[in-house]
Amino acid sequence: MGENDANITFFKDGLRLDDRRADELRPLKIEVGVLARADGSCYIEMGGNKVIAAVYGPREVHPRHLQEVTRAIVRYRYNMASFSVEERKRPGPDRRSYELSKVSREALEPVILTSYFPRSVIDVFVEVLQADAGTRTAGINAASVALADAGIPMKNMISSCAAGKVDGQLVLDPMKEEDNYGEADMPIAMTPDGQITLLQMDGHMTPEELKTALAMAMGGCRQVYEVQRKALIDKYNQMEPEIITDQEQPQEAEVL
Amino acid sequence: MSSVLSEIRKDYLYNMILKGTRADGRYFDQYREISIERGVIAKAEGSARVKLGSSQVLVGIKMQPGEPFPDSPNRGVIITNAELVPLASPTFEPGPPNETGIELARVVDRGVRESKAVDLEALCITPGKQVWIIFIDVHILDDCGNLIDASSLGAIAALLSTKVPASKFGLGEDHPLPIRDLPIATTAIEFGDVVMFDPDSDEESIANSRLTVITTADGSICGLQKSGTGVLNPEKIHHIVDIAGENAKEIREKFLEV
Repeated sequence: MGENDANITFFKDGLRLDDRRADELRPLKIEVGVLARADGSCYIEMGGNKVIAAVYGPREVHPRHLQEVTRAIVRYRYNMASFSVEERKRPGPDRRSYELSKVSREALEPVILTSYFPRSVIDVFVEVLQADAGTRTAGINAASVALADAGIPMKNMISSCAAGKVDGQLVLDPMKEEDNYGEADMPIAMTPDGQITLLQMDGHMTPEELKTALAMAMGGCRQVYEVQRKALIDKYNQMEPEIITDQEQPQEAEVL
Repeated sequence: MSSVLSEIRKDYLYNMILKGTRADGRYFDQYREISIERGVIAKAEGSARVKLGSSQVLVGIKMQPGEPFPDSPNRGVIITNAELVPLASPTFEPGPPNETGIELARVVDRGVRESKAVDLEALCITPGKQVWIIFIDVHILDDCGNLIDASSLGAIAALLSTKVPASKFGLGEDHPLPIRDLPIATTAIEFGDVVMFDPDSDEESIANSRLTVITTADGSICGLQKSGTGVLNPEKIHHIVDIAGENAKEIREKFLEV
């Protein structure tokens, strides 16, 4: 976390740079089934972030030595487009994207019923098209919806969002300026019943601030969940009844 | 999580846990014995060998002048790398770092960077042109579990012993690297609703999830990393953070503060 050497005034009349309250999310838009070839897909806009996720599978594992006899494996690839950031990012994976792919996969795996599909793989591909702080949380939100859209059996949805600290004050869902010059950033992911599946933090927080920030981020996740749920219901309500009966999981929309 | 453990062994560990103890007789919050040896590599600017139970880690620091990043023209640069060499475990393979190695390096780096342990401004030679680059290289020698804590401890211990090699590059006299904080990483795993600190490799292999908490000398938290495919509820997280703070304080006072 860099210090505030840009001397930005982060709060004016109690509101943030983009006129949000401290505990307010950025505008959130979720669209389901945006890609024709993928088994499930989702497009998300979280503030300035534009992220698209696709799910393929369950399908055969290649290379085969990776397969597990008792369950499906889950692969998650977080990738940033070279044009998604201010300074062109060199295409391809770097150490950051390896780490984010790992923790994002581990954020989703607890709810995926992998034992239903032994010897297979569920591939999740996340492309960050435009980045504005919080890309991993946007990616996880999109991936979770795309998994549901692909009809992958899941115990629950996963919703993700970050809390941060700026000028000594805790804020929900930090934007780029707050992330760059803020004092801490803490992305989390959780199930709607409050089980944490992703938790990372960097910066500086007292144990008390950490408690408050965690509660704040959990509140954000609950709001994200409502939008995810509505997006899925909206998509499956629009479908013709006979198309729904062709699907493997006709009751999916109601379950969620 | 890493190696395959027989179901019998898993069952045995689980039964121990139900009785409130661990295979090696430790309490759930208790660390294995720690020893640190500093300055073990004369060719490195700083070094430390850490033993955490049977886990062994060697951290070497090399420094050289180089270009700063454009967005921080008057600050030194830290580059952290971790090598999981095949001599350290039957499950490690030669080749480029895998996910585990990358995560390890990035969590060690997070501790040093976010605690602002190194005074990076003091490492500026000519603003925008030349600054000191610190390479923190973590070499795992024996993986008997909890490499994150051992490596993080090795990194800060090695930095404490580091001399800036200024004379070698005609930049004045050698001087100690300015260190302002002492970050300590403390890791716990969750298994069967029980939280255990400083897991050995068997415990790691049965864990549902793992949480690393990095604390600074003032008792604040400067880094968190959860991994594994389990879930943690907020009560467990706060419990781990609280105990982590106490464990870290003890380790810091015993091994790092003079």
